[in-house]
Amino acid sequence: MSVPATTWQTVGPFFSIGLERLYCDTLAGPGVHGERVEISGRMLDGDGRPVPDGIIEIWQANSYGKYAHPEDKTDHLVEPDFSGYGRIPTDAEGHFRFTTVKPGRAAAPVSSDGQGGAENRLQAPHLAVSVFCRGLLLRLVTRIYFPDESSNSEDYVLNLVEPSRRGTLIAKKISAPDNMAQSDGGGLTSLEWNIILQGSGETVFFDC
Amino acid sequence: MTMTKFAGYRRYAPGTQPLHLHPLYVSSIKRAPTMPLVHLPHTISEITGPSFGPDTIDIEACDLTNQHSGEPLGERIIVSGRVLDEDGRSIPHTLIEIWQANAAGRYVHKEDQHNAPLDPNFTGCGHMLTDAGGRYRFVTIRPGAYPWRNHHNAWRPAHIHFSLFGPAFATRLVTQMYFPSDPLLPADPIFNCTADESARQRLISLFDWENTIPEHALGFRFDVILSGREATPMETHPHKVPQVQSVGP
Repeated sequence: MSVPATTWQTVGPFFSIGLERLYCDTLAGPGVHGERVEISGRMLDGDGRPVPDGIIEIWQANSYGKYAHPEDKTDHLVEPDFSGYGRIPTDAEGHFRFTTVKPGRAAAPVSSDGQGGAENRLQAPHLAVSVFCRGLLLRLVTRIYFPDESSNSEDYVLNLVEPSRRGTLIAKKISAPDNMAQSDGGGLTSLEWNIILQGSGETVFFDC
Repeated sequence: MTMTKFAGYRRYAPGTQPLHLHPLYVSSIKRAPTMPLVHLPHTISEITGPSFGPDTIDIEACDLTNQHSGEPLGERIIVSGRVLDEDGRSIPHTLIEIWQANAAGRYVHKEDQHNAPLDPNFTGCGHMLTDAGGRYRFVTIRPGAYPWRNHHNAWRPAHIHFSLFGPAFATRLVTQMYFPSDPLLPADPIFNCTADESARQRLISLFDWENTIPEHALGFRFDVILSGREATPMETHPHKVPQVQSVGP
C-alpha cells in the first residue's frame, strides 16, 4: 500500500532564513574543466514586475556530460570539485546571476512514459532549473539551453516544446560587462536568460 | 536495436498537489504560469540530483534552541519523523532544511514587519541529514501564528517550512508542517490550496507522546513522503512482438 507524496507548499517570503546557508552562485571553482559561462537574468511576474523574493536552483552535468550522482553510469570523468548544484536568490530588482561551466552532452535515455525515437541520442547541453518564490505553491521546473549549439535541433526535450516557445529555454549571448571581462581575462561567455512567470513570452515550464 | 528505457519517478497522484493558480492565495494570481506545463519524460537529468555529505552539515543545527547564548522563549518541542518514498522505503542521508517564526510569530527577516518581538535567542533555521533509516529529529520552539495581508484579518496558522531533496532532481519537495487542532487551518488559503482532503491532513503533525520528554519538551511527529520510483520497465525490442495470450473462453 503506497502513501502519495507529501503536498507541496509555497516557500513563502522568508525562505532566506532557512535556505541562504547553501546560496552558491559560483558553481565551478578554478580547477574545474570547461568553458566558463556567466548566466544572468531577471524573474518577472505577469505584470512585468520584478520578483524580489525568488530563488532558483541549478542542477547540471560537468563539461564531460557527467552528473555527480551514482545513477549516471556513463564512463565520463567525475570531478570531485564540481557538484553541479547551485542556489541563487533574486535581488530587489528580480535579478539573478551565476557562473558555471557549460555542461557536456548527457545521455538521454528516457523513462517509460517517453515516446518517440530519440531515446538513444545524447541531450543537448542544458541546466535543469527549479524556480521558487512567494506565490508559487509548488516549484516550477524549466531548463536553460545554450545558443549557437547545433545539438539543440535534435534535443529530445526541446523537441517536445512547440517551436514558437522554444526560445524561452535558450539563453542569449550578451557582451560581458567590462569589469567581468577584465577580471577573467576574457575567458567568460556571458549569457542572458530570463524567467517570465506569466503572460507574453511566458517561459516554458515542465511537468516533472 | 534495443531501446534504452529506465525507471523515472512517479507523477503525483491526482488532486494531491496544489494547482499553480489558487486565486484565494492572492500572490499566486500574477505569478502562476498560464500556459499548460509541458510533460517532461524523466531523463538522466531528472533521475540524478544533488547530494550533501556530512562535511556540509553543522551537527548542532538540528537544535534550534541552542544557537545563541540563552534559551529562546516559547514552548520547547521535538519535531521528528521519517522521510520515506511512496512505497514506504526510507530515504537515508538526505538533507532537510527547516525555517520558522519565533514563538511570537515573528521571522528574523527584514521584510517581516509584524509588530511582534524578535527573540535574540532564536533565529529559526535548522538543517540535518536523515539517518540510515530515513529518520530525523529537530529540537525547536513552537512557532506562533502571524498576520498577513492576503485578505481581511488573515492569519497564518503556526507552521514550520521544510525543504527536502531526496535522491533526484525529480524528488525535490518544499512543504509546510502544521500543528494539530489549529483553529486557523480551515481559513488558511495556503493550507487549503490542495483539493484532496487526506493530502491536506497529512501536512498536520501528530502529537507524539513517545517523543515527548518529561519535564522538558512536547513531541510532534511529521513523516514526509517523496515521489516513488516507477517500476523498472522491460527493455523493449522493436523487432520482437510480445506474445499475447487469449483470456477465457
